Amino acid sequence: MHELSVTESLLKLALSYAEQAQASKVTDLHLVIGRLSSIVDDSVQFYWDFVAEDSICAGAKLHFERRPAVLKCMDCSNEFTIEQDLNPCPVCGGTHTIIISGEEFFLDSIEIEKEAEKTI
Amino acid sequence: MSSIRVPVVEKIFSANDRMAQQNHQLLDSHKVLSINLMASPGAGKTTFILETIKRVQDKIRVGVIEGDTAPVTIDADKIISAGMPAVQINTGGDCHLDASMMSDGLAQLDLSQLDLLIVENVGNLICPAAWDLGTHFKLLVSSVPEGDDKPYKYPNIFRGLEILVINKTDLQPYVEYNMDYFRQGVEMLNPGLVTFPLSCRTGEGFDQWINWLTEKVAQFKKS
Repeated sequence: MHELSVTESLLKLALSYAEQAQASKVTDLHLVIGRLSSIVDDSVQFYWDFVAEDSICAGAKLHFERRPAVLKCMDCSNEFTIEQDLNPCPVCGGTHTIIISGEEFFLDSIEIEKEAEKTI
Repeated sequence: MSSIRVPVVEKIFSANDRMAQQNHQLLDSHKVLSINLMASPGAGKTTFILETIKRVQDKIRVGVIEGDTAPVTIDADKIISAGMPAVQINTGGDCHLDASMMSDGLAQLDLSQLDLLIVENVGNLICPAAWDLGTHFKLLVSSVPEGDDKPYKYPNIFRGLEILVINKTDLQPYVEYNMDYFRQGVEMLNPGLVTFPLSCRTGEGFDQWINWLTEKVAQFKKS
């Protein structure tokens, strides 16, 4: 259910930018998703095809850029990446960390087509 | 036909976040301190709210918004029988409350008669984390029998919290639960998070939470 609401929000956002740009069709959406943002891209893609069906986004392809979670250890200043499990600093074992990136979830850009302007 | 790339760089949740901001301003203007209470099903959310109300009701006026996926008013009825105003919001099967549902709930409450608003979110550790409601605090009730691996499995929900309640501490002798391991995960995600280990059943640890809450409500009234 979560991804359905997310996908509906995504469509609204894409449509508002497409309208501003006077697009006749949206062909591609470029999304950025951080490792910590608990979004399943397969589900978003699955819902997308239904949600976008009757709009100028119908058939648009979703592109996901996955960003890893990058943490900085406050004890030894080491920066490290987390792919799967949340582990302490691999250098000193410290748990005083700040999260530098990995929580992104935004629409970076869309690709649109426009009717060529008619010159009289 | 010409293909053009249009930059967006906007959060997917931006519409919800704007609505949440409006909720926040409304609560501020009435000086109602508000808490978005999240937890998995069975962590003890409603019991925690009832126990909190019981201990503060002679000095703090509490209102509750109950988020439920189904139109059963079991939880809201319990709050109302405790003598406090409660509003039930049905999410229609959705797994979380969003800022727009919260706004509907706020419209049904007389905010001028409240000091504290507790919003009981839908029982779920994933979705509610993504949808800001505009409350002043986000609180998670995590109970001992759920296991000590929760911060590692659901990092997102621990990130945005201001308050963590570890409930059912009286069950620790009976289940596999390493409190240090749990708190290490929390510390990595949310350093220095205000944490109250307590038991709604025995009342152990509850006073610290009530003292903290009472002080925050008083500070907010004065601010």
